[in-house]
Amino acid sequence: MTTTPLEPDFAVSVGLVQPRLPRWASILVGVISLGVAGLLTMFLGWNPVGGIVVAVLLFVVGLPLWSALLEGRRTAVDRLATCLVWVAFGSVVVPLVWLIWLVLKNGVGAIDMEFLTYDMRNIVGAGGGIYHALMGTLLVTIAATIISVPIGLFTAIYLTEYGKGSRLARVTTFLVDVMTGIPSIVAGLFALALFVLIFGPAIRIGFGGSVALSLLMIPTVVRSAEEMLRLVPSDLREASYALGVPKWRTIVKVVLPTSLGGIITGVVLAISRVIGETAPLLVVAGATDSVNFNLFDGRMMTLPVYIFSQYSSPGVAPIGGGDPPGYARAWGAALVLIAIVMVLNLIARIIGKIFAPPTDRRR
Amino acid sequence: MAKSIDISDLDIYYGDFKAVEGVNMTIRARAVTAFIGPSGCGKSTFLRALNRMHEVIPGARVEGKVMVSGQSLYDPGVDPVAVRRQIGMVFQRPNPFPTMSIYENVLAGNRLNSRKIKKAEADEIVERSLKSANLWTEVKDRLSKPGMGLSGGQQQRLCIARAIAVEPEVLLMDEPCSALDPISTSAIEDLIHELKADYTIVIVTHNMQQAARVSDDTGFFNLKAAGQPGHLVEFNPTNKMFTNPDEESTEAYISGRFG
Repeated sequence: MTTTPLEPDFAVSVGLVQPRLPRWASILVGVISLGVAGLLTMFLGWNPVGGIVVAVLLFVVGLPLWSALLEGRRTAVDRLATCLVWVAFGSVVVPLVWLIWLVLKNGVGAIDMEFLTYDMRNIVGAGGGIYHALMGTLLVTIAATIISVPIGLFTAIYLTEYGKGSRLARVTTFLVDVMTGIPSIVAGLFALALFVLIFGPAIRIGFGGSVALSLLMIPTVVRSAEEMLRLVPSDLREASYALGVPKWRTIVKVVLPTSLGGIITGVVLAISRVIGETAPLLVVAGATDSVNFNLFDGRMMTLPVYIFSQYSSPGVAPIGGGDPPGYARAWGAALVLIAIVMVLNLIARIIGKIFAPPTDRRR
Repeated sequence: MAKSIDISDLDIYYGDFKAVEGVNMTIRARAVTAFIGPSGCGKSTFLRALNRMHEVIPGARVEGKVMVSGQSLYDPGVDPVAVRRQIGMVFQRPNPFPTMSIYENVLAGNRLNSRKIKKAEADEIVERSLKSANLWTEVKDRLSKPGMGLSGGQQQRLCIARAIAVEPEVLLMDEPCSALDPISTSAIEDLIHELKADYTIVIVTHNMQQAARVSDDTGFFNLKAAGQPGHLVEFNPTNKMFTNPDEESTEAYISGRFG
């Protein structure tokens, strides 16, 4: 059978062809909106942000309006929705890019070998570094992970495999949800209260910070691991049972390996969520200028607390003028912290890829 | 090694709902027994009760007796895990383990129970199981590839190979061909014919011709009415069932005049 193209007249008569805006319509509207907003900004003396907001508004109103006049209602609504989606996307991305740009601009200058390998002991003016805070953050976060992952994972296994629908499971789920909403300072105060109860008043140890962070981490780990375990099809569990494999072995050898990629991703995301917590660490782990490798004895500096303390007491500005040296150090530390979180996210992605079961058919 | 199964007065419940009622039958050793009947009449439920897979579903329980060569499956001291090692199962949808290769999938029953086996023995088990599942020639060059990479029919035969690798006494098949094309279906039916020599096979099917082709005995399940428990209407040798059934409703169902 051969297909003959529809006669143009026929296509028009049944309404298949509609007038369309030219391809460059959105560019034209964009340029006009920017121009109008620019003129308004110049003559009325607004600041540039106001001008950009007006330009965006003009564009979001203008393009669909033109489209409504020429193309009809459905296409106009489509264009309006597209505009709104892009505006939403932009208002998320712009602050992110801005933030990264700001931290890069201010932080790169501060980072050198000395910054990464020196602590702040006996530093009064310029110089010094984040070595003590870097080590503190790594130790405290690793300890928090070691506490939270087993608890979180076992809770998730209970919720999906054993307690399904039981009263205890429902109560646990509810409490985990409540835990998600705990303000981080409250977690810090709880950890402080706990260690004060055990060791007496005025205690400051790094491990307390780990306990506080794990309180914040556990609900995230439980939630993500639970989701991942639920995604494992019950077919696989039944296949394993039918081979005479006990339940616990089925969980260890079939369910967990199948969902391992997702679980690891969830754990790493939970880590990157708590690694930037300031308040609880300030309360229990304290602040110090020296390196401390012992989680169980003495104060421990961490990167967020370091940033906070450098910014709140930046030291004396150099005599020739300029900023106090603490500001540069705070920006540098912030850049290092963001870099750590970024690396963790990348690792999570890679691990998720490696461990994801090959679902594709054929290779 | 094949065993016969005697079922007497078996009632199966999901919570308070009685799904299957008052089943009595004897499943012969080294024979194929087929269950037919409309959807929702309890064939699969009954099949799953034969190796205690049934109780994986919360709230499900069983009353009555299932005797496998003199041993009651539902005695308090019986370990369901041990039962399932003796009575293997193949499911409606092929479900190879996605994290494992073809080789590991066949050995899953042994490996997951961490039975220690030597490499040579493992190779031998894999080859023997895949050969009896008619899959060996197709996959022997890519045993280390993931099991999910096979076609649907091959996956189903892989699952059969996996089930027979642990050398069960009985093999239960829950609509094993319903997701397969006619060629794969006929491969699996040939396989059932061959396996009959060594295993007791029970198969649930919606395909009347398939039941007629592969089975020695046939059981017809039906519902009295919607919401009522399913029950066994008739259990007879397949020849008799398809030529001269005892019950009128069986004839109606088989000849397509159901209702």
